[in-house]
Amino acid sequence: MNDLLDKKLLFVTGKGGVGKTSVATSLAFLAASRGQRVLLCEVDGKGDVAGLLESPPTAFKEREVSPGLFAMTMDTEEAMKEYLRLNLRVPFAGRIGPVAKAFDFLASAAPGVREILVVGKLCYEVREAHYDLVVVDATASGHIVGLLAAPQAVNSLVKVGLIRNQTDWMLEMLTDPAQTGLVAVCTPEEMPVTETIELAGRVRNETTVNLASVVVNRVLPELFGTQEEEVFETLTRPDVAAELELLVGSDTAPVLEAARLAVTLRRTRSVHLDRLREAIDPSVPLLYLPYLFTRSHGLRTTRQTATSLGEELGY
Amino acid sequence: MAPTEASERPSLERLLATREIMVACGPGGVGKTTTAAAAGVMAAVKHGGKVLVLTVDPARRLATALGLTGIGNKEHRVPDEAFAEAGLKSRGELWVAMLDTKQSWDDLIARHAPDEATRDEILANPLYQNISGRFIQSHDYIAMERLYEIHSEGRYDLIVVDTPPTRNALDFLDAPERMADFFSSRLLRWLIMPYRSRLVNVATKPFYQIADRILGTEFLGDISEFFILFQTMYDGFVERSRAVGRLLADRRTTFLVVSTLESVPLREAEFFAQELTSRHLHLGAMVMNKVLPEYLRGSEAADAAHTMAEQAGELGGLLSERMGPAHEPLRDSAQVTRVLKEISASFLNFQTVALREAEERDELSVAPEVMVSVPFFDTEIHDLGGLYRLGEQIWE
Ligand SMILES: Nc1ncnc2c1ncn2[C@@H]1O[C@H](COP(=O)(O)OP(=O)(O)O)[C@@H](O)[C@H]1O
Ligand SMILES: Nc1ncnc2c1ncn2[C@@H]1O[C@H](COP(=O)(O)OP(=O)(O)O)[C@@H](O)[C@H]1O
Ligand SMILES: [Mg+2]
Ligand SMILES: [Mg+2]
Repeated sequence: MNDLLDKKLLFVTGKGGVGKTSVATSLAFLAASRGQRVLLCEVDGKGDVAGLLESPPTAFKEREVSPGLFAMTMDTEEAMKEYLRLNLRVPFAGRIGPVAKAFDFLASAAPGVREILVVGKLCYEVREAHYDLVVVDATASGHIVGLLAAPQAVNSLVKVGLIRNQTDWMLEMLTDPAQTGLVAVCTPEEMPVTETIELAGRVRNETTVNLASVVVNRVLPELFGTQEEEVFETLTRPDVAAELELLVGSDTAPVLEAARLAVTLRRTRSVHLDRLREAIDPSVPLLYLPYLFTRSHGLRTTRQTATSLGEELGY
Repeated sequence: MAPTEASERPSLERLLATREIMVACGPGGVGKTTTAAAAGVMAAVKHGGKVLVLTVDPARRLATALGLTGIGNKEHRVPDEAFAEAGLKSRGELWVAMLDTKQSWDDLIARHAPDEATRDEILANPLYQNISGRFIQSHDYIAMERLYEIHSEGRYDLIVVDTPPTRNALDFLDAPERMADFFSSRLLRWLIMPYRSRLVNVATKPFYQIADRILGTEFLGDISEFFILFQTMYDGFVERSRAVGRLLADRRTTFLVVSTLESVPLREAEFFAQELTSRHLHLGAMVMNKVLPEYLRGSEAADAAHTMAEQAGELGGLLSERMGPAHEPLRDSAQVTRVLKEISASFLNFQTVALREAEERDELSVAPEVMVSVPFFDTEIHDLGGLYRLGEQIWE
């Protein structure tokens, strides 16, 4: 039912710490395990992707880290060099270094130039059909609108020139919901949910990109149904708790207390999930990923999350 | 809690009474905004004086609780009644303000522009509107700039600053320096060089030929025009950026690095703490937030959970038999067994995480006297009472 992995370019965003990198990596891993040739690009490169795939550090030059899965880290200066090399002919070849440096400066001065390089590199990989799917571990929700709106902004500020011509095809690609989608990641907490709702609005009003899906990460399991909850409440009564402790032969209070914590957390969080469901356009699928109670995060959890994503997508 | 903590608290608490600026920073989503607000509440309640919390992105209910309903840079006083409602009494005044990036940029331009005509020209320039609204990490710079501005006005005894969610926790520290570098760059001089000289100057010719092809002469012209206007404010900007940098390094300023014990944010926070130290900035505290309760780590409790999981069938039967007569919900022994299985499995799950987090904390290469743990609250913190409870965990 879900065509998320049939798209060509997915930007994964969300508030800091919600699980953007985990979700982007698992999405890419899932697509690759289904036989697609995938590029995973870390934009805010801190090297977390390498940790989650247990691979050597990633660099601007992509590297196949597992079968069919290529990983890279965005680097605007390198992207600039590549851009100049691809777009300009021989006379400047030897001088690309200093010229790229000058441009890097220009990029911090001229609005949108840096962003357009990032988006441009990603769109280029799609256009050249080097991959079936490009997954972007993008910037946090505060910055993503600037990134996605850059082609439009540059398009309206720049009237002629190479960049102008390029924004045309980039915009076409970014606007096409069959090709490009934004995946917003959040957790069932107040701030991330609020930020996701606001993001959905801003993406609609200020960019041409479509919100393809909202991923709710770190969802705590529902411990029991209503009847079982009544049993649990009874277990915490002093006389019953004392009997349980006697039968078990060691201190059971922390076990009951932990269950209480789990129930409360699940309950306070479900309020935010309801709010999310209400505010997000019903045509945007919500995918839920469980909280992982693991000793560490690496290839194993990436696989687990990929499996959960696959189930949510109906594979 | 570790036994050493009794001796470390006074020094941490002293920070609230002695520093003039307290910056809460750290990775995204860990509790910077909450910690900054809690510090403000604690300072107002415990030490008095005039305290300002300069916040960036408070959750809506927190913003409402603090009286931050509108937008704009206006400073609001949190009314005494709000403290009274939470059962608290403020010895001083708690003020809060939200950072409005666009407004702050406009103010900055107004301050540095040589005359009104230049000011209006800059404010109306489309490039400026783009830059101030969207680009050049303007958020980071403006947060520090605004802090400097308010501090130099001297209206507050303590300013607690929340930091924006940056790509990198260090961005806001580097922002003033980067802004100064930008304005002193040779490349900027190229950009604003008169058009005629560009193509004859040996150094700039290749750059301009390429730039023309890529960006078009017109856009390049717009950029130059904009920076020629900006140039008039050069001295003011550079001087100001340096002053902001000095203020951050001053002994009147202290930093609270906030993190959770999850490995990704923790690594970032640890790096940040090291970086502060190597830049001779004052690391006041490393706040480990949302720490799972200690009872999850006990080994006796783990034994109990294992027994409950292994013998759930038997235990369910016995409990049902003995307690069922007095407690109706326990009569179905299969259901009791299921619940025992669920809660023991859930305990062991949480224990895995709690133990991993405890180990992460023990391995931290940060001086233990600046470490503070704040427990995970199972209710959300969105009023003065909640902030005070959280503050107590840090400062008492
Ligand atoms: N489903 C999950 N269950 C438990 N922990 C998670 C889950 N997803 C992510 N995490 C943890 O949360 C932290 C932040 O995740 P990360 O993917 O790096 O977020 P982001 O890229 O949004 O900053 C990491 O320590 C990661 O291991
Ligand atoms: N100790 C805590 N226990 C439970 N929830 C917390 C705690 N500290 C913060 N929170 C919650 O975590 C969320 C993120 O906190 P916030 O201060 O906005 O983080 P940041 O500013 O670092 O992004 C908020 O919903 C806040 O209420
Ligand atoms: Mg990340
Ligand atoms: Mg915040």
